[in-house]
Amino acid sequence: MTATTLTDAPTEPGLDPDAGKLGMWVFLASELLFFGGLFAAYLYGRSHLPAGWAEGSRHTDVLLGTVNTAVLLTSSAAVALAVACEEEPRRRRWTARLLALTAALGVAFLVLKGLEWHAEWREHLVPGPAFALHVAGAQQFFALYFVMTGLHGVHMVGGIAALALLARGRSHRRAWASARHVEAAALYWHFVDVVWIFLYPLLYLVSRHG
Amino acid sequence: MTTDTLPASYLDDGLTLRSWLATTDHKRIAILYALAITAFFFVGGAAATIIRMELATPAGDLVSDDGYDKLFTAHGVIMVWLFLIPSIPSVLGNFLLPLMLGAKDLAFPRLNLLSWYLYVAGGLLTLEALLLGGVDTGWTFYTPYSTMFSNTYVVLTLVGVFVTGFSSILTGLNFIVTIHTLRAPAMGWFKLPLFAWAMYATSLILVLATPVLAITTLLVCAERLFQIGIFDPAFGGDPLLFQHLFWFYSHPAVYVMVLPAMGVVSEIIPCFARRPVFGYDSMAYAILAIASVGFLVWGHHMFVSGQSLAASMTFSLLSFIVAIPSAIKVFNWTATLYKGSIRFDAPMLYALGFVGLFTIGGLTGLFLASLALDVHLTDTYFVVAHFHYIMVGGSVMAYFAGLHFWWPKATGRMYPEVWARIAAVLVFIGFNLTFFPQFLLGMEGMPRRYHAYPPQFQVLNLLSSAGAGVLAIGYLTPLVYLAWSLARGKAAGDNPFGAKGLEWETRSPPPTHNFDTPPVVPAKVYDYHADEPEPEPAP
Repeated sequence: MTATTLTDAPTEPGLDPDAGKLGMWVFLASELLFFGGLFAAYLYGRSHLPAGWAEGSRHTDVLLGTVNTAVLLTSSAAVALAVACEEEPRRRRWTARLLALTAALGVAFLVLKGLEWHAEWREHLVPGPAFALHVAGAQQFFALYFVMTGLHGVHMVGGIAALALLARGRSHRRAWASARHVEAAALYWHFVDVVWIFLYPLLYLVSRHG
Repeated sequence: MTTDTLPASYLDDGLTLRSWLATTDHKRIAILYALAITAFFFVGGAAATIIRMELATPAGDLVSDDGYDKLFTAHGVIMVWLFLIPSIPSVLGNFLLPLMLGAKDLAFPRLNLLSWYLYVAGGLLTLEALLLGGVDTGWTFYTPYSTMFSNTYVVLTLVGVFVTGFSSILTGLNFIVTIHTLRAPAMGWFKLPLFAWAMYATSLILVLATPVLAITTLLVCAERLFQIGIFDPAFGGDPLLFQHLFWFYSHPAVYVMVLPAMGVVSEIIPCFARRPVFGYDSMAYAILAIASVGFLVWGHHMFVSGQSLAASMTFSLLSFIVAIPSAIKVFNWTATLYKGSIRFDAPMLYALGFVGLFTIGGLTGLFLASLALDVHLTDTYFVVAHFHYIMVGGSVMAYFAGLHFWWPKATGRMYPEVWARIAAVLVFIGFNLTFFPQFLLGMEGMPRRYHAYPPQFQVLNLLSSAGAGVLAIGYLTPLVYLAWSLARGKAAGDNPFGAKGLEWETRSPPPTHNFDTPPVVPAKVYDYHADEPEPEPAP
C-alpha cells in the first residue's frame, strides 16, 4: 500500500482565509431560499388576484421607495469602496470611515422606511378589520408588503450592527476587525441590497407602467 | 477509572460542567447533542407508546380524540425535528467529520456550539408548548386548520421549530465549509469517506431547504396572529400554497434523515465484509443525485390536493427517477457483500437491517408515487408504514449502527457484544411486527390519525401494538448496556474492528486536537482485503 505522508499538521480551524468568505456565501444561499418562500407567495398572489395587487401597489409611496432605493444602492457602493480600500495599504485608513458611512446610510433607509410604515398605518393600509381598500387581493398584497419589507428591515438591522461594530473596531485597531470580516460583512450587505432591488419593482411598480 | 495512566483525551480535558457547556470541541458538542436527542427520543417514544396502547382496542378508551391528536402531533414534531434531523448529522457527523478529514475541528467551532444552544432552545420551546397543553395539528401544520381553527399552542410550537431550524442551517453551513477547506492536503474529493459525502449532501439540503420552512412557519404565525390572508381563502389566500412551501422543505428533509444513514452504512458494510465498497464513484454521485432530485419531488405529497394533473404527472415521474440512485446504492451495498468475509457484529446487524428495511420503505414509496394507487392509499396506514420504514427502519437503525460502530472510538470502551446483538435483533423483529401490519391496514383502508377504528382492524392493530412493545425493549436495552459500558466496558483499543478511515488512526478516545501526529491519508479509500489479519475482539 502506498501512502502519502503529511508534512503539515491538519489545518488550524478557523484560520483558513477562504473559510469565512465561503461560510458567508453558504449563509447567503440559505437566506436566498428564506426570501424565496416569500417570492413564491408573491407569485401566487399576484397571478391569482392581479386587480387587487395593482390596487394595493398603487397605494405604496413610490417617491419614498425610490429615494430609499437610491440610498441603499449608495450604501452598497460605499461598502464596496471599503473593501477596495482595504486591499490597498495606502488607502486603508478610509475603510473605517466608509463602513461608518454605509451603516449611516442604512440607518437613513430604515428611518425613511419607518416614516413610510407610519403613514401606511394611518391610512389603514395595515391588514385588519379596518383595512382601507376593498378590492379582493389588496389586503393580501399589503400583508406580503409588510412581511417582506419587515423581514428586509430585520436583515438591515443586523447588517447595520455588524458594519458599525467593524467600523468602531477598525478605528480602535482591534484584531478581530480584520479584512476577512470586512469582506464578509460587505457580502452580506450587498445581499440585503440585492433583495431590495427585487422588492422595489415588485412592490412599488406593479401597475405604474400604464 | 485508570485514565491517569493514559494520555489525556478530549473527555479528560476539563471535568467541570462549564468545560462542557462552553466547549468548542466538536467531539464534546457531539456528546452534548447525543444526550439532548436521546432525551427527546424517549419523550417522542413515550407519545408513540401511548398511541399504540390506545390502538390495541377498537374503542377510543384510553385517551380522548383531542388527546390522541395531541399525542401524534407531539410524536411527529419531536421525532422529526428534535431527533431524526439532528441525529446522525449532529451527533455522529459532528464527532466524525473533522476526524475523517484529518482536521482539528470544524471550520467554525463557536458556531457549532451556538447550533447546539439553538437546538436546545428550540426543543425547550416545543416542549413547553407540549406541557402547556400541546398542539393538535399534526406535524404538518396544514392550513387552514392550523391558522383558523386549531385552539392549541400552534405559534409556540412553530417558534420552537423555527429556532431549531437555524440550528440545522448553521450545522449544515459549518459542514460544507469544513469539507471544502479543512480536508487534509492529500485528501481529494474522491478520497472522502462516503459518510463525509453524505454529510456534504445533507448539509446542502439543510442549508437550502430549511430556510423555506423557516419562512413558512413565520407566515403561519403571522396568519394566525394577524389574519393576514396569505393562506386564508377568505382574503384570496390559498391553503395549498402552504402545502407547497411546507413540502418544499419537508420532502428534502426526508433525505436529511436518510442520506446520513446511507453514509453510516457505507462505512460499516465494507468493514465487516472486509471488501472495498463496490462502485465508490457511483455511490458518491448517487448521494448527490438523491439530494438534488429530492428537491423536485415535493408535489407527490399533494396528489389528492387538487393540483393539476400535469403537475402530478411530473412529480410522479421525478419521484420514480429519485428511486434510481437509491437503488444504485442498495445494489452497491449488496455487491460489496459478495464474496466478502462477513462478520455479524452488532453494527453490521443494524446495517444489514437498514438495507432490507430501507429497500421495503423505498419500494413502497414507489407505490405511493403512482398516481392512481396513491388516491386509494393517501392518508391511510400504508403511508404511515411507508415512512416509518424509511425513518425508523432506515434512519434509526443506521443511527444505532453508527452509535455502536464508533462507540469504542468515542468512549474508549467496548459495548457488550452479546447484548448488542440481542438488542439489534429485538429492534429488527419489533420494528417489522409494529409496522408491517400497518401496510396491510392501509391497503384495507384504515385511515391514519383516528383514535378509534372498526373492529375488523383489531387483529393487525394488536400485532402492531405488540411489536411496539418489543421495539421499546429493543431501544431501552442499549440505553442500559451502553451506560454500563462507560464504567465497566472493556478498553477498546484504537481500532477494534480493523476499520479503515482516518478516525481510526488516532487514539480512542481521541485527544482534544484529534491527532497526536498528522494522520497518513492512504492512497486508496476503503482499502479492505479479505485475507488481511484483523483484530479479534475477545468475547
